[in-house]
Parts: sequence; structure tokens; C-alpha cells
Amino acid sequence: MKPFTEITGQVLPLDRANVDTDQIIPKQFLKSIRRTGFGDNLFDGWRFLDEGSIGQTPNERRLNHEFVLNDSRYQDAQILLARENFGCGSSREHAVWALLEYGIRVVIAPSFADIFFSNCFKNGLLPIVLKENIIEKLFELASREQAVDLTVDLPGQRVVLPDQETVLFDIDPNRKHSLINGLDDIGLTLAESERISTFEAGYRQRMPWLFREAEAAAAATFSNTGDSE
Amino acid sequence: MSGKTLYDKVWDAHLVGQRADGQSMVYIDRHLLHEVTSPQAFEGLKLAGRKPWRIDANLATPDHNVPTDNRAAGLDGITDLIAREQVVTLDNNCREYGITQFDILDPRQGIVHVIGPEQGATLPGMTIVCGDSHTSTHGAFAALAQGIGTSDVEHVLATQCLVQQKAGNFTVQVDGQLPELVSAKDLVLAIIGAIGTAGATGHTIEYRGSAISALSMEGRMTLCNMSIEAGARAGMVGVDDTTLAYLKGRPFAPSGSLWDQAEAYWRTLVSDADAQFDRQLVLDAASLVPQITWGTSPEMVIGVDAAAPDPRAAADAQEADGIERALTYMGLSANQPISGVSLDRVFIGSCTNSRIEDLRVVASVVSGKKVAKNIKQALIVPGSGLVKAQAEAEGLADIFVAAGFDWRAAGCSMCLAMNPDRLQPEERCASTSNRNFEGRQGHAGRTHLVSPAMAAAAAIAGHFVDVREVA
Ligand code: SF4
Repeated sequence: MKPFTEITGQVLPLDRANVDTDQIIPKQFLKSIRRTGFGDNLFDGWRFLDEGSIGQTPNERRLNHEFVLNDSRYQDAQILLARENFGCGSSREHAVWALLEYGIRVVIAPSFADIFFSNCFKNGLLPIVLKENIIEKLFELASREQAVDLTVDLPGQRVVLPDQETVLFDIDPNRKHSLINGLDDIGLTLAESERISTFEAGYRQRMPWLFREAEAAAAATFSNTGDSE
Repeated sequence: MSGKTLYDKVWDAHLVGQRADGQSMVYIDRHLLHEVTSPQAFEGLKLAGRKPWRIDANLATPDHNVPTDNRAAGLDGITDLIAREQVVTLDNNCREYGITQFDILDPRQGIVHVIGPEQGATLPGMTIVCGDSHTSTHGAFAALAQGIGTSDVEHVLATQCLVQQKAGNFTVQVDGQLPELVSAKDLVLAIIGAIGTAGATGHTIEYRGSAISALSMEGRMTLCNMSIEAGARAGMVGVDDTTLAYLKGRPFAPSGSLWDQAEAYWRTLVSDADAQFDRQLVLDAASLVPQITWGTSPEMVIGVDAAAPDPRAAADAQEADGIERALTYMGLSANQPISGVSLDRVFIGSCTNSRIEDLRVVASVVSGKKVAKNIKQALIVPGSGLVKAQAEAEGLADIFVAAGFDWRAAGCSMCLAMNPDRLQPEERCASTSNRNFEGRQGHAGRTHLVSPAMAAAAAIAGHFVDVREVA
């Protein structure tokens, strides 16, 4: 994972609440078996007027000029500014991959959906929760004639506005540490292998019925009654 | 000290401990896999030179991409080559690692959240994960079941643990009796309408009360399924006789003395009488009417007797803007009564409502009637091959076909339209699925979420109607 320390980047204001992962990356692009190739289809249904399919490039498509992503002001955006409950809906991590591939490193919103929020940290995308009044101010700033840059300083847990106002944000210290150091999450857990094995052995004693799947899987096809009475 | 909630109990039983960085490691009993969110996880595992921790905890099936017709052709029936590659990749990964898979030709294949319970692979007190947000479905069995992203799919494959923070406890208490033909689907839509799609974010919901106890397992699964639409990663219902009766005799469930041992433990899987919840919602089942979503989020929901909202009556400009946008997308006007809105297609299926009980209700509504002329397609897609076989054995399939429905093979189908079943732009659909987001059932398609009974009545009438007036 790419470490995250500090960035200064342009803000893209997406003024909609409850943006769901079906909008961030529509399902027709989930057919890929790879982790890359999603950036061109970020917000596909809003960004283009025609229905996209896998493998097309943006210049073959009809742009929706009303949509903020196509606004010439925001072509270097690295920070997405959003409304509440960003990333709700499906668990698809492709949403995070698409944002990163497009160039977004930070999403700022008043609240996030749980699965999306945790997916962000696995990939080095920083989700920042800020209070409504600051979000309002940022929308106001970012919607001006000239796009604005913000500095996001993760070690200092600060967002620095163009007028030098500094806003502090909260972040779980463990997640912060992992992001800054670009740590391998699986590696961290595997370092505890022995404890997992010990737990598993005791658990097997306590709940033996959970450890007989291989045998059950071989069982003949079950005739479904569907009755729950 | 106060007692424990059901969620507390299952969490505590699986807590391996704290990792060096202070995060909790939760042991995972069951990992369900499907073709869309697993390929990158297997690839990551291989690239890192890692092995799955415990093969027998995994169970796989293809569901999102599979076609619902021409199924005897197996893989060759998948005309979309990119989709086919994904299904083949799952086959290959399962074969390589020795993971049990119900493949495209297996009679037990189906939507991952339907086959888990059907096989007894979902058991009380389990921790269950799947790279799919509707994993919450399995909470109906007092399991802690959560959707995860692909990185976590890889993490669970490699370590048998999920690293996370404990959520809060939210109780939804529903007492009273649901009126006839008003179902668990109407109940969960009403709950989402009441608390919003972010209402339970950061919490695990436990559904309790006499109306919940009275639900069948199918109904409880419908309820827990849509917990994610209320913002909760997991929804749960405590163990009772209904739970145990459903599980007894299923292939992956224990039998004999192991069953007795398990049952003694499972009986403890209810919240203690003095358990404390962080938040609660209380609802009266008796006053509920059938629900229909009018907009592009599951929280945009009204009773069948109500009308689409008026943006001018919104609390603030942002809400007005959201209502306006949704009305435009859906092709509805402010204050338009939902009953009478004409439809193009009907979809009965998805992990929310594709079980045998759902199909029985549909059959009871449509028996001896015909799908209305203006309906271009009325699709019924069973949740699994076994549900399909049973519906055929019970004569339900004949009723559907005689009424003019398309009777298909199992899969996700038009719930998310990754396979060929989809809406054309601006087509309006009554759907028993769980998401009405823009484009969910096809580019520019218009989805209204309803119960199976309401979808059946709409198919016959050609427009929305209160099923209680026509059944
Ligand atoms: S039926 Fe729909 S919601 Fe359920 S797993 Fe399939 S795509 Fe997801």
C-alpha cells in the first residue's frame, strides 16, 4: 500500500448526499478480474450521457457537461468533497480503486458508510470526517470561480485551508499509523499466527460442530423442504 | 453490571485478541465467496505467496453474473465473455485450493445468501463474512454476518480473522401482529423510511419483539438482508424454536449428539433481559400498510395509500434538491399518488425475496390470473436451484407460467443487472430486490422496491395497487 503522509491538492465538490457505490462505479465494470482499469469509469452514469461498457475510453463517450467531474476547473482534483453517508450501498472495493485510479487521495465528508470507510484504509485512500459547518465552508470555497487547493497533513491530523485556517480531524491512531507507514494489513495479522492458532484450537474444543464441513460437503444433495415451521 | 446483547455474546466468543497495533481480531467461522469480489483477493494471496488458513470454512458459488436462461449449457451459456472469465476464474480458484463450490451446473447453485441458510452452512452463533454487503441476511440465524471488501476477503482467506472495531448496539423492537399480506419486506422498508439509510451506521441491529418472533426464517432473512440499507453492517435475530426447526436435518448442520451439544449453546444466543442498547426504535406492526419506494434511495419510501413528496415541503434546500432530483429521475411528479402508477416490468427475485415462501405468496396472488398487457416482462427468478426444484414440485411454477410470467434459473439477475436481465432506459419496474439506486437495474431504469405480494398484484393490474384489495 502506498504510504500517505501529506498532500496539497485541488478540491472537487460533489454536492449530493447518500452517494452510493453503484454511482461511484456502476456494476458493468465489476466484471473485471483485475484491480485496475476503473478510473475512466468513476461516476460513469453521471459523467457520461451514454451507457458505458467495459473497455471503452472516455474520448469515445458523450460527456455530461453538467456534472462536476467534467468541469474544466477541477481537472487536477485529488481531494473529493462530499455530503453525508458517502459510499453507502454495496461493499464493492472497486469504488475505492476507481477513486484512487482517477487521482483522488482524500475524501472529505460529514459521514461515511461503514464498509466503504474501512475499504478506504486498506488501499491508502484517506476518508476524513469534518463537521457540517466546515463542510459548508469548503463547498463555498471550492465552488468559486477558481478551484482551491487544500493541504491535508495526516501526521498532524490537519486540513489547511487557502486562508491558512487550520481544521483538525480525528482518526483512529492505529489506522493512522498503518496509512503513514503503508503497512501490509495481512502481514500485521499473520504476525499473530500463534495466537490465532491457539484460539482456534480452544474454539474447536468448545464448538466441535463447526469443524465438520468437509464431511458435510460430501453429503448427498439435500432435498429442500423450505418449511420453517 | 448489565447483561450482554446477542451481538456482545457472539463478538466475545470470537475475539482472538488485540493485534500489536491495538485492533481487535475476530475469528471467522464461515466465508462465502462469489465470482465478482473474489478474483482480486485470490490473486493478491498468490502474489504474496500466502495460503488460505482454513479451507473448510469457505463455500463458493457463482451468482451475480450467471444467465438465468439456457443454464443446461453451463459456462457456454454465458455469452458475455468478460462475465464468463469471472465465473471461470472462480472455478479455477476453488479447484486450485480445494474450496467447496456449487458451480453453475450444480443443482444447489444459487444466490450466496440463499444457499448458506438452505444448506445449514449458516448456523447460530457463527461469524460469517462475504464480499457482499447483503451478508447481513445470515443474521436471521443469530449469526454475526457482515459484508466485507475484497481486501478483507483476502485477509480472511489468509488469516481466518477480520480486524475491526466493535460496533454499537441498536435494537428495533416490533410488537403486534402484521396485517395479512403485509410482510417482513414492508416492515424493513418502513424501518428504513423511519431511520434513513444512515440511521444505523456504526451499529449492529437486533430485531426483537412479538412481531419478529412470529416471522418465519424466510421473513427474518428478508429483514436482516436489508439492515445494510439502514446503514448497519449486521442485523440479528435471537435463536428460538423457529430457528432450530429450520436448521434440523440440513446437510451442513450437525446431527445426533453434536446437534444436542450445539443446541444447548444456541439456546443461549439471545440478549440478556437486562442488556443495554445504545439506541432503539419501537414500531407497531399492526398499523403497517404495504410499502413502495418512490425515489432513488431505499429511504424514499411511502405506504401504498400515499403520494410522492413535494420538494416545497422539504425541511431544507438540500433535501428539496434531493427530492426534486429523485422525482425527475423516476419520472414522477410531486404529490402524485403511488397507487395507479403504471409499470413496464416486474422482477420477483434477489437475496431479499426469492425463497420458497416468497414464491408461495406470489402464486397465491396470481393463481388463475394473467399478467397485464402493458407489462413487457414479468420475471420470476428463484434464489437457488433447490428453491426452483421445489417450486416446480409444488406446482407453483405452473401457476406462474400460466399467468404469463417468465420462470427462470437461479441467480442475482435483475437485482443488479450484471447478467442480460435488465431494464431499458426509463422503463419502470416493480422489484422485490433491495436497492433502487439510479441505474441499478439497467441504465436510466426506474426501480420501485416492494414485497413479493405487491409485485405480484402489480403484475396482474399493470400498475401499483394495494394487494389487499385484489387478493
Ligand atoms: S441478489 Fe442482488 S443484493 Fe443479493 S447478492 Fe445478488 S446482487 Fe447482491
